[in-house]
Amino acid sequence: MHKPRLQLQASFDIAYLQYLDKQGRETQPLPEFATPDWLTHCHRQMQLARLVDDRAVKLQRTGRLGTYPSTLGQEAIGIATGNALMAEDVYCPYYRETGALLERGVEIEEILANWGGDERGQNFQHAPKDLPICVPIATQMLHGAGVAFALKYRHQQQGIPLQVAVASSGEGATSKGDFYEAMNLAGVWKLPMVFVVNNNQWAISVPRAAQTGTQTIAQKAIAAGIPALQVDGNDAVAVAWAVRDAMQRARQGEGPALIEAISYRLCDHTTADDASRYRGAEELEQAWQWEPIKRLDTYLRDQGLWSDAKQQDLDRELAQIMEAALNNWESRAPEPVTAIFDHLYAQLPEGLYEQYDQLRDEQQGTVIGGKG
Amino acid sequence: MAEQNSAITLVEAVTQALAYELKNNPEVVVFGQDIGANGGVFRATDGLQKTFGADRVLDTPLAETMIAGIAVGMATQGLRPVAEFQFMGFIYPGLDHILSHAARMRNRTRGRLSCPIVYRAPYGGGIHAPEHHSESTEAIFAHIPGLRVVVPSSPARAYGLLLAAIRDPDPVIFLEPKRIYRAARQPVPDDGEALPLDRAFVLREGSDLTLVAWGASVRETLAAAEQLARDGIEAEVIDPSTLKPLDIHTIIDSLEKTRRCVVVHEAARFGGLGAEIAAQIQEYAFDLLDAPVQRVTGYDTVMPYYQLENAYLPGVERILAGARSALGYVRDGVRDGVRATGAEGGR
Repeated sequence: MHKPRLQLQASFDIAYLQYLDKQGRETQPLPEFATPDWLTHCHRQMQLARLVDDRAVKLQRTGRLGTYPSTLGQEAIGIATGNALMAEDVYCPYYRETGALLERGVEIEEILANWGGDERGQNFQHAPKDLPICVPIATQMLHGAGVAFALKYRHQQQGIPLQVAVASSGEGATSKGDFYEAMNLAGVWKLPMVFVVNNNQWAISVPRAAQTGTQTIAQKAIAAGIPALQVDGNDAVAVAWAVRDAMQRARQGEGPALIEAISYRLCDHTTADDASRYRGAEELEQAWQWEPIKRLDTYLRDQGLWSDAKQQDLDRELAQIMEAALNNWESRAPEPVTAIFDHLYAQLPEGLYEQYDQLRDEQQGTVIGGKG
Repeated sequence: MAEQNSAITLVEAVTQALAYELKNNPEVVVFGQDIGANGGVFRATDGLQKTFGADRVLDTPLAETMIAGIAVGMATQGLRPVAEFQFMGFIYPGLDHILSHAARMRNRTRGRLSCPIVYRAPYGGGIHAPEHHSESTEAIFAHIPGLRVVVPSSPARAYGLLLAAIRDPDPVIFLEPKRIYRAARQPVPDDGEALPLDRAFVLREGSDLTLVAWGASVRETLAAAEQLARDGIEAEVIDPSTLKPLDIHTIIDSLEKTRRCVVVHEAARFGGLGAEIAAQIQEYAFDLLDAPVQRVTGYDTVMPYYQLENAYLPGVERILAGARSALGYVRDGVRDGVRATGAEGGR
């Protein structure tokens, strides 16, 4: 059979970054931003995220909170990503984001309120331009592209410094058209945007190997003309370097980037899930060996930056923060039921006055049969 | 762009409104497929990119989900995106963003973020277009809390309502009846005067029958009203214009005079807006009615390809048949609109 002569037209590589290996040892000198203060901040915040997750799951188990998606084992991605943004940048989170939200200044009681079925939890008082957490898969990637357009537009039209939109997702979301359409647009419009994919190996019950035929998630960006990097997602330093580098380039007008952060979902998909139905105990046990907090903890202790005494102080401090947040959340006045109409439109259309009154009257127990 | 005060078509009125807002509001951006140098497949954005630049009037890649989705992100940061879908039949990939995000953003952030977006799409049949190019599925959007659905039926209303839609703080689905894009000309001063949303327009006054229609069907409905007038029957013609939220009061006020109503729409009957209007009329004004509300609509079939589309579309004859059915209805104790019992129903 005839074999034509082919010429190489293009070729691509996907690089991988790690600073701290699974045992918490330096694989290369750490970047300048990774000061003792920064490292202990990440160490602390990752533990806070784990504590919030732990308490939230327990609250769900005792019927006080609705379905909750834990970030157990993936804290480095959220903390290192959220930490890389400046206040004026805009975060476009998916739903597995406790750590990143904490770094964005979202209050623990807001996180609890949201998963406790109260929309006020998405009214992030300290992150006024960030998008609310996004439940429909991968749609936030397109919102992020729209946000990035707005940031670029303001830069071009009004001369304010170029800010960056960061959108996150799990690896399952990279199977969706929204993900590809967002990357395609960001690439061709050179939008100031960073895509961060938490590849935690499981999309509910579907493992990474059954999700996509590509060798890496990162290489999906190549088709959109976007630089991509794969990082050890349980190495906070590697995640932080990748996100910071991508954001710096975006800020200089060089366009978007994608980061695939490889991690492992040590928890169930959500509290409504039971991963033991589809995932072996041995795999889970192995994954615990390279979880992110222990790794950074080992490194800090090896560097003489951490001790049992400091950990005891931190445990006390975090417990107090958590208790205060729980108290704030539980002592919130309930929202009036008519709130379901109050933010539907900027101004309630006249045609809804009757329904509004009906709902209010129902709650006051004064409803009378029929329309009279 | 149209000259000041010259008579323009509906599609030119759309262009004029877009140009006015682009000129007067720096937060307005217009984007879609082929809307730049090409001026849109119907020329609704003709010349806008040249006038306002490719930073504000943008050709997008060919991806409808993306068009719907980026509008959400843009709007949350304070821009006023006006997104064009090339045809209503291609809006469906964007539904996730329109229904799950644009319509809900204000509510789910308790007012922190909002989506002042206009999603424009040419809609309706009757132009011998390819498959999937002739749909009238406004009811899908009208069903969704948080959205506005607006349909103009004249150049002046296209201009005034599009200005209002762009200035509105919430998402608006703006459906442009392409069959009448160039059907008539009318002087439309480029004065930036918006028309009110959420208000019906009485296009013709009459006391014998109320005809409710929107979009391209307004033409046939007005023609039917003229024919009825030759028989001495004066029909009131109401164009709701904003289908969601619906101004039912103007329709009921009309029924106080006419007591008989026909709702006309191109869309399929089942679950169409005619059903909602008829339901609200019987809820609020059952005692006013001397006849069941008639629906004159497209059939509950797939919108036919163009060889058979005229058989599907409600024309003057179908409207007249509906009108005669409403006018000829006689029930016990009621003759010619005069109540034998004297029992006067309240609203």
